[in-house]
Amino acid sequence: MQLTSVDWLIMLLYFFFVLGIGFALKRYMKTSKDFFQAGRALPAWICGLAFISANLGAQEVIGMGASGAKYGLETAHFYGIGAIPAMIFVGIFMMPFYYGSKARSVPEFLRLRFDEKTRALNACSFAVMTVFSSGISMYAMARLIQALHVFDGLFRSLGWPQDWIFTFSIVLSAVIVLLYIFLGGLTSAIYNEVLQFFLIVAGFLPLVLLGLKNIGGWAGLKASLPAAYMHEWKGMLHASTNPMGVDIIGIGMGLGFVLSAGYWCTDFLVIQTAMASENMESARRVPLIAAIPKMVFPFLVILPGLIAIGLPTPHTTEVVHNENGVIYHEISVVPEVAQEGRGLIPAKVNPVTGKVMLDASGKPLLDYDMATPNMLLHYFPTGILGLGLTALLASFMSGMAGNVTAFNTVFTYDLYQSYIHKGAPDKHYLAVGRWATVGGILLSIGTAYAAINFNNIMDTLQLVFSFVNAPLFATFLLGMFWKRTTGHGAFTGLVAGTLAAMAHHGLTLPMEADPGIHGGWITVLHRYPSDMAQNFYGAIFAFSANFIIAVLVSLVTRPRPDEELVGLVRSLTKMPSHEHLPWWKRPEALAAAILVACAALNIFFA
Amino acid sequence: MNLDLRIPMGLMFTMTGAILTAFGLATRDNTGLYARSLGIDANLWWGIVLLVFGITMLVLGRRNQMRMMNQPPGAKPADEGQPRRGH
Repeated sequence: MQLTSVDWLIMLLYFFFVLGIGFALKRYMKTSKDFFQAGRALPAWICGLAFISANLGAQEVIGMGASGAKYGLETAHFYGIGAIPAMIFVGIFMMPFYYGSKARSVPEFLRLRFDEKTRALNACSFAVMTVFSSGISMYAMARLIQALHVFDGLFRSLGWPQDWIFTFSIVLSAVIVLLYIFLGGLTSAIYNEVLQFFLIVAGFLPLVLLGLKNIGGWAGLKASLPAAYMHEWKGMLHASTNPMGVDIIGIGMGLGFVLSAGYWCTDFLVIQTAMASENMESARRVPLIAAIPKMVFPFLVILPGLIAIGLPTPHTTEVVHNENGVIYHEISVVPEVAQEGRGLIPAKVNPVTGKVMLDASGKPLLDYDMATPNMLLHYFPTGILGLGLTALLASFMSGMAGNVTAFNTVFTYDLYQSYIHKGAPDKHYLAVGRWATVGGILLSIGTAYAAINFNNIMDTLQLVFSFVNAPLFATFLLGMFWKRTTGHGAFTGLVAGTLAAMAHHGLTLPMEADPGIHGGWITVLHRYPSDMAQNFYGAIFAFSANFIIAVLVSLVTRPRPDEELVGLVRSLTKMPSHEHLPWWKRPEALAAAILVACAALNIFFA
Repeated sequence: MNLDLRIPMGLMFTMTGAILTAFGLATRDNTGLYARSLGIDANLWWGIVLLVFGITMLVLGRRNQMRMMNQPPGAKPADEGQPRRGH
């Protein structure tokens, strides 16, 4: 890839502004509340855009493109019945308790509602997860920079060895994220997440427009792909009739009700942005505002994948033409990996032998993660290419930054202040928060390097996270809507849910996979048509186990008196009233409008 | 918070837009460069879009800042923040 000075200028400009925002905010960071909670003073639209941007990391931008190329429009379920209903639920029903309880973090809410041990369990697992996730994000970014040869030219002209590119990418992103969070705390992270949001739109929208124009618009895209690719709902009733291999129960219950709701409603990574807003009304509106651009995002992140697989596969061609009796042979050589791939998606190459990897039936395996990056390289001339690459870097950084701010808050408030050093002056906790940021980033760098040496570490970590996360939503649902739920019930439910998720994974296996990391490590009792199906059903089992055990244990343990639960449980809390607002300005009206629009989109893509 | 995000954001997009527009204008006749973007001068057109977006943000942010400066310190702007009752 040839980058010119225009591309570098745009990238440098972005880095300059990201750091500039951190420096400009430094003087406002006086108390720990300013640092960890952005002073609870940000307008709803800023928090709303940060709410989705915190999740716009590598897994979203690269992963959704890859998934679009692999499964087609069905990927939009992650939005249509995944994210958007969950965002509406958290805004309308759960935010009054998060924001109204004055808890400073999600684990702290669990302590207020249940007890110390439930908080400790959640805080510890969450802190570990955020550190590892930001490490994984860093690793993925460095690998992508290597694969796209972004810094190769720069390193050549500086005379540095090419092996340093991986370390350089990791250190560069770590230093930038560290600096702006160290200086400006959550406010800085949120401001930069909004900046990154607009940058991602600015970088990917022209890509989609050019791609669609090239392939002949929507009709052309349809014509170039198998019919199943272009439907979101068709064939959903049975696993064998859709590319993802999932049925309606897996999608509806597993993805919609358990996984997405669990993520968007309980993960402090996203909830922290809503809790930073200036009043209850804004806090409830934050996830709703976030849902509006979230509806448009399938176009930005999934379509590049679809277009990439729909384009013709490049082949080595030889054109012979005769000019004044002289015969010219013009050969354009296409590398083997591109020829063996499909559309713009290259085949996977075994890093040891350098040969194209084949699946069981002898067809080449495709490297879907390259769908979106290859689209950028294919369509963008120098100039706008710099913008596109900056958008890609921005997405990695926003994902990392959200993890880092969530980590420093949970570490400082829920671990340090609660169990290590109680009752220190506020200044002390502000300093601890700053240094927790440094510590968290150093641990993430460690994870990124561990990922190079142990091939499976990323898959293993993500698997373990899914065991911990799958049952979470049941705990919050019971806690907020059933006042009888006790601390013992919540704690045993969480443990039981995680164990159920592990047992389910150990006993089942997707089709065409060997026992091991993909499941079946106890014994294979059942085979799912795809890993997605296994994942969704595992979540259903974990959720149900948590729900049932929590209810049973709660019924035999002593509940807390009602007066201690005011503001934490729905039946004992006066819901915030927005009667002073005209009806169309109330959060409920916005929620209804979004639901209608979301249903319309689902029907359009059915 | 006393820093209106729209100002740095507007500045960044205005500058990015200006760079792309200028570069697009300078390379307008370079058909080789724009072959990959289907013959469209992507830099020029997208640069103009970003320029308009950046300037809009900048104007909105400036206007809000002016209004905040005219308010007595500590008071919240009338149309945001605290609910108004009995209007």
